[in-house]
Amino acid sequence: MADSTQLYQEVILDHNKKPRNWGVLADATHKAEGHNPLCGDHLTLTLKLSNKIVDAIHFQGESCAICKASASMMTTAVKGKSSDDAEQMIREFRDMATGQMDSTAPNHLGRLTVFAGVRDLPTRVKCAILPWHTLHAALNAEASVTTEADADPMNAPVGNA
Amino acid sequence: MNAPDKLKRTANGLDLERIRADFPILKLKVNGKPLVFLDNAASSQMPQPVIDRWVRYQTTQHSNIHRAVHHLSEVATAEYEVARKKLQAFINAKEDREVIFTTGTTDAINLVAHGYGRKFIGRDDEIVLTTLEHHSNIVPWQMVAEEKGAKIRVVPVNDRGELIHEEYLKLLGPRTKIVCVGHVSNALGTINPIREMIQAAHAKGIPVLVDGAQAVPHMKLDMQALDCDFYAFSGHKMFGPTGIGILYGKAAWLEKMNPFKGGGDMILSVTFEKTTYNVPPHKFEAGTPPIAAAITLGAAADYMGSIGIDRIHAHETDLLDYATDQVNRLPGVRIIGTAEKKAAVVSFVVDGVHPHDVGTLLNEDGVAVRTGHHCAQPVMQRFGIPATSRASFAFYNTHSEVDALVAGIKRVQKVFK
Repeated sequence: MADSTQLYQEVILDHNKKPRNWGVLADATHKAEGHNPLCGDHLTLTLKLSNKIVDAIHFQGESCAICKASASMMTTAVKGKSSDDAEQMIREFRDMATGQMDSTAPNHLGRLTVFAGVRDLPTRVKCAILPWHTLHAALNAEASVTTEADADPMNAPVGNA
Repeated sequence: MNAPDKLKRTANGLDLERIRADFPILKLKVNGKPLVFLDNAASSQMPQPVIDRWVRYQTTQHSNIHRAVHHLSEVATAEYEVARKKLQAFINAKEDREVIFTTGTTDAINLVAHGYGRKFIGRDDEIVLTTLEHHSNIVPWQMVAEEKGAKIRVVPVNDRGELIHEEYLKLLGPRTKIVCVGHVSNALGTINPIREMIQAAHAKGIPVLVDGAQAVPHMKLDMQALDCDFYAFSGHKMFGPTGIGILYGKAAWLEKMNPFKGGGDMILSVTFEKTTYNVPPHKFEAGTPPIAAAITLGAAADYMGSIGIDRIHAHETDLLDYATDQVNRLPGVRIIGTAEKKAAVVSFVVDGVHPHDVGTLLNEDGVAVRTGHHCAQPVMQRFGIPATSRASFAFYNTHSEVDALVAGIKRVQKVFK
């Protein structure tokens, strides 16, 4: 079990306290709801895609600090990126959080590697992944996702919260 | 923090040092800190004499029961039935055939939902539940209601987390076929006035099932005095193993009910034309039961008896009062569930911090609490919160462990300041 203060780093606490890109986009082209029924984490993700570029992205919801900070940092990271780049980051974030990718290996996650510590807290992996899960759904025009859908490739192979 | 040093011996005569020495797991360190186990409402720990009973059974007594004529089969059968009698005495049931071994509380409630519910509940009949129920005392009844076209009626709670008795009385009507109520709320700790509730239901000829999972580790049980029709509880919450539980049922009901599962041991004779069912309790114990777990549960009841349920209750009341007082002193922390009568459970929320973050940070201090909705989502909805953190105590917990919890909560607040 990792020392969880490694997880609750200043940057995570800051994004939890002052989430960036908070709210709902009025002119969104894509939207998805993310829900983790085990802990009640819930978020709404809206984004505006033009020419396959994420022009704007907002999120809003109720969740733990890990989920909220992950969502906030995700929105700042994918804004201005192409949807293909966003999908690449989604894969990398999932692999990092589930321990399938070493966060020191070359990746496109930048500061998001502060979430690498969740790999040692199996009950919290889903908290960190939920926003990414929801972004994947929004980009692929699925109305809502849950961390419990077995058929969903984003479903993290971890224990219950 | 000035906790009285009560580790050696509590005011009510519990030798805590000796008791804690009985529980090997309490010596564990988690994240380099001594384990402070405050998740007893989810599952309690097992003392060495109970662990030893399991080992003795497996090493010298194991065989299948109610079957063969050889030595081990006779020993195992006898020990299994001795365990039943121990549990009968533990809950003061009138007859041993009223004590059915199940795999746990959930299994026991499902047995009644199936054996009683599907036989005696019909279209437009009503099943009375309460807002405080664990999902295991909701979902089996919803399944019956859906199948039979019956209705679920729910007793509301007040802001302290107590059932509103007048509202309960209003729900008891001519179509009410059963009342299903938890003895103690797992999420809040509220002790429900089940004696009064049973009397009110019986006055209208309505049977009552009590989910006793959270009561059994904390208080003396007396089925004959309570006069409930069914009482369900689990072994692993009373210092016994998982995979075993008890359904107490009045013999008159058990005789009338449908069997739950079909198989060996629950029959008197089988032909392809007709099967004759065995009598209670065997009628409800199809297949090979968890024999080792049942016998070990008998040892857990013995162990609780050796400590003394009155002394357990007194020490836990002490711990609850101390924990409630200490947590209440923390600004920005709110206890959910402030019933006048409570078991040793403190469910709380920390302003601005999600319970899962509380739980993860407390774990770093070696403090184990449960965070989440506690399989009681209607309770969370009633209080308008997604989840709580819950510290739940057993008789082996100490005042210093309450201090560790409080220090941990302060650290959570510091991290999230």
